[in-house]
Amino acid sequence: MDVLIVDDSAAIRKILRRVLQQAEIPLGNVYEAGDGAEAVESLKKQKVHLILSDINMPNMDGLQFLSTIKRHDEWRNVPVVMITTEGSQAKVLEAVQLGAVGYVRKPFTADQIKEKLAGVL
Amino acid sequence: MSQDSLLANADIARYVRTATSDVFSTMLGLELEPLPDRVDNDAPRISDGVLAFVGLAGPWTGAGVILCSAAFACHICGQFLMTEFQSVNEEVLDSMGELANMIIGNFKTMAEEHLGPLGLSIPTVIYGRNFTSRSVGRTDWIVIPFACGGEQMEIRVCIAPSKGQQGHPSSQSASMLA
Repeated sequence: MDVLIVDDSAAIRKILRRVLQQAEIPLGNVYEAGDGAEAVESLKKQKVHLILSDINMPNMDGLQFLSTIKRHDEWRNVPVVMITTEGSQAKVLEAVQLGAVGYVRKPFTADQIKEKLAGVL
Repeated sequence: MSQDSLLANADIARYVRTATSDVFSTMLGLELEPLPDRVDNDAPRISDGVLAFVGLAGPWTGAGVILCSAAFACHICGQFLMTEFQSVNEEVLDSMGELANMIIGNFKTMAEEHLGPLGLSIPTVIYGRNFTSRSVGRTDWIVIPFACGGEQMEIRVCIAPSKGQQGHPSSQSASMLA
């Protein structure tokens, strides 16, 4: 399973990469992007089976990115889990309406991410 | 917005303590000792160390800041990334920005129940020696210090009604927050 991590924090990308390596999933390649626009470019180069995305990012935020991929035939079925500090009900609802299959609030534990992935995959 | 729905300094301090303790215990495995909060009528000032800023915007605007020594920044970022840091580098600066984002982001979520929707800026991190900083304006900063392993860290928050908000001129913010 190839995964794309989208977060403007290299620290969070590093932590999520480690959590994925510990999770009981058949992990393949893990790609990283620093914002939604970089993530779109990454998706043009390789297929992935799961996307973990932050919301608050420069250039293209997580909700704009989600909206973009859900309008694209090739990418719309890739499950997207939002991992973000944004905790307002409005943002959660917007992400779900745009097609996110999961939502994890920062701060998170490794177990919370693993449980969410187990429920999604 | 009624006076009852506004945030008091005590609420701000309580929300910051909750958010900070949550982030530190969940992602760093560190317990913090909260120290008495205070109000400063100036922006953060420091001779050296690391400052991580996150802006708040919307009907109310302001900022949140993490302020600590370089040594403590290395320690907490080491816990965050499970790596040892001897000095402040790109990874430490990035981690401090993310910690500020999580703490102020969680504070924002709690504050939104009183103030309505708020936006969060991308974090900015400053590291140096013998520098000072100040913000334009006369808004009070609520300073919430913590102790951890012989070191001290401060979270500072200022928030006031945006210009043009009906019934909430900036000049009233200090008394509303007091």
